[in-house]
Amino acid sequence: MTEENGKMTQGKKRSWGFLLYLPAVAKGLFNTLLHILKLKGHKTFTVQYPEKRKEVRPGFRGEHRLKIDELGREKCVACLMCQTVCPANCIDIIAEEAPWDDRDKRPRTFEIDMLRCIYCGMCEEACPCDAIELTEKLYTVSTSRAEMIYDKEKLLSN
Amino acid sequence: MSPILLDVLRVVFIFTGVMTLVPMLVLAERRISAVIQNRVGPNRVGPMGLLQPLADVIKLLFKEDVMPNRADRVLYSLGPFLAFAPAAIAFIAIPVGRGLQVADLSVGVLYVLAVTSLGVYGISFGGWASNSKYSLLGGIRSSAQIISYEIAMGLSIVSVLMVSGNIHLGNIVQWQADNGWIIFYQPVAFIIFLVAAFAENNRLPFDMAECEAELVGGFHTEYSGMKFGMFFMGEYIAMIVMSSLLVTLFLGGWDPVFFDLPEGASGTVISVLCFLLKLLAVLFFYIWVRWTLPRFRYDQLMKLGWKTLIPLALLNIVLTGVITALLHWNQMK
Repeated sequence: MTEENGKMTQGKKRSWGFLLYLPAVAKGLFNTLLHILKLKGHKTFTVQYPEKRKEVRPGFRGEHRLKIDELGREKCVACLMCQTVCPANCIDIIAEEAPWDDRDKRPRTFEIDMLRCIYCGMCEEACPCDAIELTEKLYTVSTSRAEMIYDKEKLLSN
Repeated sequence: MSPILLDVLRVVFIFTGVMTLVPMLVLAERRISAVIQNRVGPNRVGPMGLLQPLADVIKLLFKEDVMPNRADRVLYSLGPFLAFAPAAIAFIAIPVGRGLQVADLSVGVLYVLAVTSLGVYGISFGGWASNSKYSLLGGIRSSAQIISYEIAMGLSIVSVLMVSGNIHLGNIVQWQADNGWIIFYQPVAFIIFLVAAFAENNRLPFDMAECEAELVGGFHTEYSGMKFGMFFMGEYIAMIVMSSLLVTLFLGGWDPVFFDLPEGASGTVISVLCFLLKLLAVLFFYIWVRWTLPRFRYDQLMKLGWKTLIPLALLNIVLTGVITALLHWNQMK
């Protein structure tokens, strides 16, 4: 910021203006002092993670769950609607004939690749039997890629 | 007790005192910054995070010591030591208690100024030898900054010396014990010294040498492991030295305000505690300012140094001289 070029005159008359900074500096120091003394902004946003966990809001889309009906059977009828609608292509269902009278099919395997899933909730919306839903489980953790492909048992117990 | 042993004891006492202050400062810096920013800060290692600095040091010791390609090996290794050693050496002239200093130098002020300004060599060597543009810029900025602010600092000290009529640090403190703190005689010099001290130590709002937003890490971008640790410690020791000088010159050194020191050893202990209290207050101010103010732009920094502080300090000297002359008019005739 030179003074010769005439255009950038912002700092031109300020060589002694440093003294004008001092009240502003004092004001800033007072502000931070209020924070130190916990008189201002005393809400700490830090969550002490392993002991406390952040609460999610209702409607949060976390890991999937397969629902069970009142007779203890999985509700899913293996219609493949969720597999068809899934934009990430992460659901893989192999159907088999159901032993019960009220439906034709049930899933023999029901696998969701959690590494591919984008948690959009389209499967939940597409399901005609209300058999799949997204839970509020936030921490999807495993030690290998293979474990990240959730099978039917895992999804039923989720 | 033989005088040599006494000297050794003094060195050990003061050096360990300073070296204990450094990790405390690092932790205090992190905790205070956390409170200011509505965070929690390190609280996991030890009770209330008190052992965090220890963990930091262990981590630094075990880190790989990386040397960049085509770095100047000698200067690269020399840099951290040059940043660390002068800061530690400068402390020997500071009277930390009544009659308690490692070396009773008759030109204490000049000695401390001379040695602390050596610290910039470490920074510029580190910046030059790293073979990295960011480091180089940081080193250059640091040297330019310290040269400019050294002058303002020296000039502000001149007026202190004029008021107290002394250049011996112990005598300056004694003068303040008799006549009151110099900050009340020289408030302008105090502010100039304070601003220049921030700049000398490369602390925010004048941390042009580091400038993590624009220069990655400035002079220590390429440093790792304990070499980085040495820079880090050197910075904090330099901070302690500057604060001690500030306390000694302006805030009455080891003089307790409200009562007279008792004779003998208990008086010495009380004086050391007084000094420590004032030192900690100034260091807290350092940290407080760092987490309040944003960084100056480089040209603003230079303008502030050359166009404001130096003329102001000169004016202050002239005024001090005139007033001193008027006060002593009768003696001069």
